[in-house]
Amino acid sequence: MFLIPDSVGRFFHRMASPPHFYAFTGRLLPWLTAIFIILTAVGLYGGLFLAPADYQQGDSYRIIYIHVPSAWMSLFIYVVMAVAGAIGLVWRIKLAEIVMISSASVGAGFTFIALLTGSLWGKPMWGTWWVWDARLTSELILLFLYLGVIALYGAIDDKRTASRAVAILAIVGVVNIPIIHYSVEWWNTLHQGPTVSKIDKPSIHVSMLIPLLTMAVAFKFYYLVAMLQRARTELIQRERNSQWVKGLIE
Amino acid sequence: MTLSNAFTAIIRRDLVLAYRRRAEVANPLLFFVLVITLFPLGLGAQTKLLQAMAPGIIWIAALLAAMLSLDSLFRSDFDDGSLEQFILSPHPLSVLILAKIVAHWLVTGLPLLLISPLLAIFLGMPEQSVPVLLWTLLLGTPVLSLIGSIGVALTVGLRRGGMILALLVLPLYIPVLIFAGNAVEMAGSGLPVGAQLNILAAILFAALVLAPLPAAAALKMSMNG
Repeated sequence: MFLIPDSVGRFFHRMASPPHFYAFTGRLLPWLTAIFIILTAVGLYGGLFLAPADYQQGDSYRIIYIHVPSAWMSLFIYVVMAVAGAIGLVWRIKLAEIVMISSASVGAGFTFIALLTGSLWGKPMWGTWWVWDARLTSELILLFLYLGVIALYGAIDDKRTASRAVAILAIVGVVNIPIIHYSVEWWNTLHQGPTVSKIDKPSIHVSMLIPLLTMAVAFKFYYLVAMLQRARTELIQRERNSQWVKGLIE
Repeated sequence: MTLSNAFTAIIRRDLVLAYRRRAEVANPLLFFVLVITLFPLGLGAQTKLLQAMAPGIIWIAALLAAMLSLDSLFRSDFDDGSLEQFILSPHPLSVLILAKIVAHWLVTGLPLLLISPLLAIFLGMPEQSVPVLLWTLLLGTPVLSLIGSIGVALTVGLRRGGMILALLVLPLYIPVLIFAGNAVEMAGSGLPVGAQLNILAAILFAALVLAPLPAAAALKMSMNG
């Protein structure tokens, strides 16, 4: 354990033990939820009331306070999934597998929200619900990658085997995402019709940026809350025959 | 037995097996031709429209034919236990899988390549884009087999793996579709296509090196599970 301080190593070692993880996250969750609610309230107030309207887009730009953090989260969670999957594959840590699979549906949810809000924003801005814009298209493909992960996990009965299959898939996906992203971007620049006039992004003003970053952090906390809730449920379901889970019920 | 002997032995064995089951080999090819025949019927026989859509149609049909033929890559070896012998052998599993992929491509990918000039004529493709179509198929279809091997290794143990295989594999096929389709389209307008072909070749070599590794890991997982 060179380079890593001893206390950090011990912390992760203890977190790999299911009963400890369950108890620790149980104490942590109320705090995380509180931070999420406070940050969301602050971010939304700043974004919807304090920030000025955009000089070109008016008030409809305000959807970025949901759209942009969701899009960031959708990529972030896929990377988390692949890293957790790699840890699970190499060290056979059960909890890494559980974190990985619990992240998948949260990530798919964020991807869907990013697509939905992008489409809602596109209606007044581009005059159509859907444009084969490079970013929207890669986001849609990302959603398919998430759904593939979820479908594969559901199809394999033995959940340890399923976790390993999903880990391999997530790692293959994470290698492919940049390739897919750039090929879609390249495809789009060639096919871009004259109907789509992309609005040049003005450098964002501080009064708009601060709520945006606040929302991004709030979404990170939401992810932690949602993922840990799922992980805890998955954990006691998998460990239902062990002593410590029986101890929880009594 | 050295590794290169094992490699060629697997290719030879799979080719012999394929030759004994010629009818099965013809199926993906028939599917490919049939799908392309459906397009003029569905869209109307407008020469201009078909001509414009030909690169996309041929490539999407090739994608689907490659995907449907994937199941045969490991199916019979999985059923009769040969896969277990591959895993137990002293040679690295990823190299043995690469041999299986090569044989599979020779049986399912290469015929698509050979019949595609005929289909290009069906769809009224301009003459100068036919060689480019062949180049894209030559560089692109092995990638489909390589990437597909990962998906099929993950799902070979499942009873209803077919639909999941499509969901796993098709998104990963998108870069090949984009570059290949675009190269053929550009060639039709007389534009240079060197960049697209180079990128396809780069994807092919990357897949050749990288894809057998997760496929081997996934196969071991499928056999244990």
